[in-house]
Amino acid sequence: MASRLMALWDWFDARMPTVAEEWRKHAAEYYAPKNFNFWYYFGALSGLVLVIQIVSGIFLTMNYKPDAALAFGSVEYIMRDVAGGWVIRYIHSTGASAFFIVVYLHMFRGLLYGSYRQPRELVWIFGVLIYLTLMGEAFFGYLLPWGQMSYWGAQVIVNLFGTVPFIGPDLSLWIRGDYVVGDATLNRFFALHVIAIPLVLLGLVSAHILALHDVGSNNPDGIEIKKKKGPDGHPLDGIPFHPYYTVKDLAGAVFFLAIFCAILFFVPEVGGYFLEYNNFIPADPLKTPPHIAPVWYFTPYYSILRAIPPIGVSQFPGVMAMGIATLILFFLPWLDRGAARSIRYRGPIYKSALAIFVVTFLILGYLGTEPTTVWGQFHPAEGSLFDRILDTKDVATWVARFFTILYFGFFFLMPWYTSIDKCKPEPERTT
Amino acid sequence: MKTLLFWLLLAPAALFASEAGYRLDHAPIDPNNVLSLQSGARTFVNYCLNCHGAQFMRYNRLTDIGLTEDEIKANLILTDAKVGDTMKIALQAKDAKAMFGVAPPDLSLIGRSRGADWLYTYLRTFYRDPKSPTGWNNAVFPQVAMPHALWTLQGERALKVSHGGEGGHGATEYEWVELSKGEQNTVQYDTTVRDLVNFLVYVGEPAATNRKRIGIVVLFVLGILFAFAYALKKEYWKDVH
Repeated sequence: MASRLMALWDWFDARMPTVAEEWRKHAAEYYAPKNFNFWYYFGALSGLVLVIQIVSGIFLTMNYKPDAALAFGSVEYIMRDVAGGWVIRYIHSTGASAFFIVVYLHMFRGLLYGSYRQPRELVWIFGVLIYLTLMGEAFFGYLLPWGQMSYWGAQVIVNLFGTVPFIGPDLSLWIRGDYVVGDATLNRFFALHVIAIPLVLLGLVSAHILALHDVGSNNPDGIEIKKKKGPDGHPLDGIPFHPYYTVKDLAGAVFFLAIFCAILFFVPEVGGYFLEYNNFIPADPLKTPPHIAPVWYFTPYYSILRAIPPIGVSQFPGVMAMGIATLILFFLPWLDRGAARSIRYRGPIYKSALAIFVVTFLILGYLGTEPTTVWGQFHPAEGSLFDRILDTKDVATWVARFFTILYFGFFFLMPWYTSIDKCKPEPERTT
Repeated sequence: MKTLLFWLLLAPAALFASEAGYRLDHAPIDPNNVLSLQSGARTFVNYCLNCHGAQFMRYNRLTDIGLTEDEIKANLILTDAKVGDTMKIALQAKDAKAMFGVAPPDLSLIGRSRGADWLYTYLRTFYRDPKSPTGWNNAVFPQVAMPHALWTLQGERALKVSHGGEGGHGATEYEWVELSKGEQNTVQYDTTVRDLVNFLVYVGEPAATNRKRIGIVVLFVLGILFAFAYALKKEYWKDVH
């Protein structure tokens, strides 16, 4: 039997040697640093979640109906009448949030160890493109259940495009295909969500991995393992991706799936963060919910949007700030002037800056899920200076403004604070 | 590095939310209590299912809560609906809107959108209000269009609201006054509402009980798989130094 299989493989290999070549190039003889730690699971896990989303998504489309009159009911039909439908639906809804969790942790890894630094700028840029595309994918997908939050969330986000000077109103009309979010919008968002954006995502993920494998992986020490090669021409501190990292990532994947399933089977709503309570109410174009909050993964940017005061009646400054907050990521490889790549050998300034950035991101994220009145209001004496100059007395808005400044400070001041930071010498070999 | 992890873990816990209005009571519901679910189903079809539908809930799904199809047909289907039909009502949304000013919402998912505590408190805090069109008002949902459907059970009450502290900035205080007795005393009525809310939460997600049962098996299997995967990793990695 075994020899028969080998013969079959030889037959195949003689006709299509590419398969074996690529396997060697990307797995069996791809030398990865041997000192990967906890933070290095999230790349492979992002890939796993992508596959989970595509497969569960395919099964959802078998029963979902992209029609404003039927969409909400078809989701409930999946939850109640389709055999195993609720599992598929919860896999997909949990997967959406899980995708952002692993991607955020994966990006944070880049910040920790300087994985975006020369020569890995392209790896980072493709990564940021994946992140932005993923946001689009999540946004289009969130309309599909056609609940109140789906509807009004889409209404709010499409209206953001309406704030662009001159072309705004036409632009948002063009996106919606109607004067309000409606059946036309649902249909096109469905098309974009199930085929257009996933194709782009798959292409970008391939580019991300190919670009990585051309330059090789960074590691927690932030040094180049290719500089020290053994007599066999392989890096001394490198090990073949297969079998070492395939088995390691397998264990990581099972551990991740256990957490994933714990959420899926026991707390699929995660207190309204993964599945918003208001989204169990069918979309009603005539009834605006008192508090519209996007899903948690968008909320840091939503906070920034709300924090920026309008100029006159135009909300465009906030929209621009939100755009810059995401696009600034592209420039990270050139903003960072640190002598060392990894946080292990960086000075106290970068360490503090990164810690502040993490806290900033979390607080902005939390505030974005709540109304601006969540922390009450200032009560300055009537007619006092403060009473007259404050455009809003909501404490949370002022906190969001403070952290918005810190958010941008992390990036805009980076060339300065990373160049004056006192880095420790990097080691010759991985530790 | 360690500090970062510390902050990552601490930050979400340090955040808090606040809620204004009438304080919600905790609903002591139990999704595994089949008798409570059956009692809730009876209250639901008798008191709710005239104005409110549950258009995504099939009658024969109630076999989940320990009933046979014959029992469902005999006790819970009060219309000419088939046992495989969903719990729809004859009242048209348009007519309902003309009658109440707002169409009564479908209750299939009310347990998920409102939550058990809200429903449990809401159904126990109706009071007589001569100023409202129906003569009823509610402490949790002020100016609600719905009259007190369970009033024959609970009886009639009035509510005195006072704002404590100087200038009305202190905590709002609520005082309930009994106007007439109902068929049930407070404990019985709370139990009726608890059962009804238990049922509504079940209707919101009929698969929930089964979901948790399957979840335990899935986690058990993943646990075993992890042990093997981890052992495999250890075996391969023992020569990496």
